[in-house]
Amino acid sequence: MNRPTSLALVGGTLGAAVLASLAWALLTGPLAIDAAQVAAALTGAANRLGAAQHTVLFDLRLPRALAALTIGGALAVAGCTFQAVLRNPLADPSFIGVSGGAAVSAAACLAGLHLVPSLTLPPQLLIALGALLGGLGAAVLVLRIARLDGDTQPITLLLAGLAVNAFAAGLLGLIAYGASDPTLRAITLWLFGSLGRAGWTELAVAMPLMVVASLLLWRQAASLNALLLGEAEAAHIGVDVARLKRGCIALAVVCTALSVALAGVIGFIGLMVPHMLRLLVGPDHRALLPLSFLGGAALLGAADNVARLALQPAEVPVGIVCALLGAPFFLGLLLRWRRSPELA
Amino acid sequence: MSLRTLEASYAARGRELLAATSVDFAPGRLHAIVGPNGAGKSTLLRLLAGEWRPSRGSVALDGRDLREWAPAALARRRALLPQQHSLSFPFTAAEVVALGRLHTRRHKAEVERAIVAEALASCGAAQLAGRLYPQLSGGERARVQLARVLAQIRDEADGARWLLLDEPTAHLDLAFQHACLRLAREWSRCGVGVIAVLHDPNLVLAYADDVLVLDAGRAVAVGAPRDVLDAALMRQVFGLAARRIELADGTHWLAVGADG
Repeated sequence: MNRPTSLALVGGTLGAAVLASLAWALLTGPLAIDAAQVAAALTGAANRLGAAQHTVLFDLRLPRALAALTIGGALAVAGCTFQAVLRNPLADPSFIGVSGGAAVSAAACLAGLHLVPSLTLPPQLLIALGALLGGLGAAVLVLRIARLDGDTQPITLLLAGLAVNAFAAGLLGLIAYGASDPTLRAITLWLFGSLGRAGWTELAVAMPLMVVASLLLWRQAASLNALLLGEAEAAHIGVDVARLKRGCIALAVVCTALSVALAGVIGFIGLMVPHMLRLLVGPDHRALLPLSFLGGAALLGAADNVARLALQPAEVPVGIVCALLGAPFFLGLLLRWRRSPELA
Repeated sequence: MSLRTLEASYAARGRELLAATSVDFAPGRLHAIVGPNGAGKSTLLRLLAGEWRPSRGSVALDGRDLREWAPAALARRRALLPQQHSLSFPFTAAEVVALGRLHTRRHKAEVERAIVAEALASCGAAQLAGRLYPQLSGGERARVQLARVLAQIRDEADGARWLLLDEPTAHLDLAFQHACLRLAREWSRCGVGVIAVLHDPNLVLAYADDVLVLDAGRAVAVGAPRDVLDAALMRQVFGLAARRIELADGTHWLAVGADG
């Protein structure tokens, strides 16, 4: 075998990285809380936290850290899925317009909230629903445009994604232009991507769905492997290709759109993580999907810690950290791809 | 027990790629399909595999329309080796072959590994098992893909199995072309129906039990290769001047002159 890295080693390392970034998130910040206090509070032992410390730990740091881990994992799984279904290693949910569509739709819901005085649904649920519809609409649009003679064209796909993203940015700007101050802040968040708003309510809506969607995608791993051979070949092996693609795209849109509803557009996670893991463990989705979840969780967790701590007391949106990391990575990928397309 | 088309035709964008064709293929034989480029050979093979639905008419396996077959059940009964392969993700050759076993997997892991190794070995590709597929040469990829389709239908099914090969010899050197067809003939002798699109009439004369000649989307001749592939047909279908030669050992050959 050409692959020296064992699955157990990669999985163990990534699991440790996830735990480390969680610990890092809980233990750092403007308010000092030490490891012993956190351990005691989390295990329910004697409460040695002050009231302020308790609030910071349980209402700010813990939900935010969990959101970072779940969103990172879900975005990496979504990226990995789009890459398999479209058979294009450059497909990232934020490139192909899904994130942009979700962001516009979520922002429109938020801006329209005050127009509906007696709302029975909690706003978090409404925004998540809006993001889902917008993401799904953008995915259908972009995939339809990029499809020619039953084959998805990689270049057309990225260009269609570009156009949808530009349109989405324009609409977001329009909504922001006419928005009141709190809406404006939230829309800025969607543009740059930030975990600052993630609280327990948002998390309760999105986290279980993202985890379930990721698990359901894992169940399709063997069929996704077959799909890499080509759609016709997968059909000959016995895969119901149309059904598989529809289901997987819908689940990947759920992962992406709920991430957007929680934290805005965070790019490159879905591109970087599956790509690096493919180099380590190969393209077998039975291993790649769960490892991508762990890798995405660890990466976004770490990136959010950097975003919180780099310019204290101010905070950088985590989307900016990811873009600064991801854009050079993407350029490197393009250079490599230019030389030997079959290895990208 | 057969794979047959009944007045099956196929048209795309108003252009008829295959006119209404009724052919009957029997298991346990090696059937060759020959004809010029664009004659509809790959179209017929795709109809037979159920990849494309006929515009008119029907294709049936064991008397049951292919449309009524579940994809997984069909996958256990027939495999198709396409002309071109577009796999660009870095699977190893052994992993590619294992992909063929998606809907047949009922064995323990070590048995499955042995099946993959055996399929690769039968295609002369045992030494490629650990190599990354995208780094293989065209001929090596063709052998790995052949091993994949063989592995797919290796297990006995509840009916005759079918092996559909679209130009299996295209990327292979001369020795492997013959190895490939010897293998196809071996499989046919085990009861598998083999249907292969071939370009070299001498390979057809040497290995095939039956030949179907397509020209411009129509079946123009069908029968035993020795009865069908003669100088008149080569002139009619390909516009080539050819001579049939019978050697002392009883084998038949078609020699095509340099000037056509």
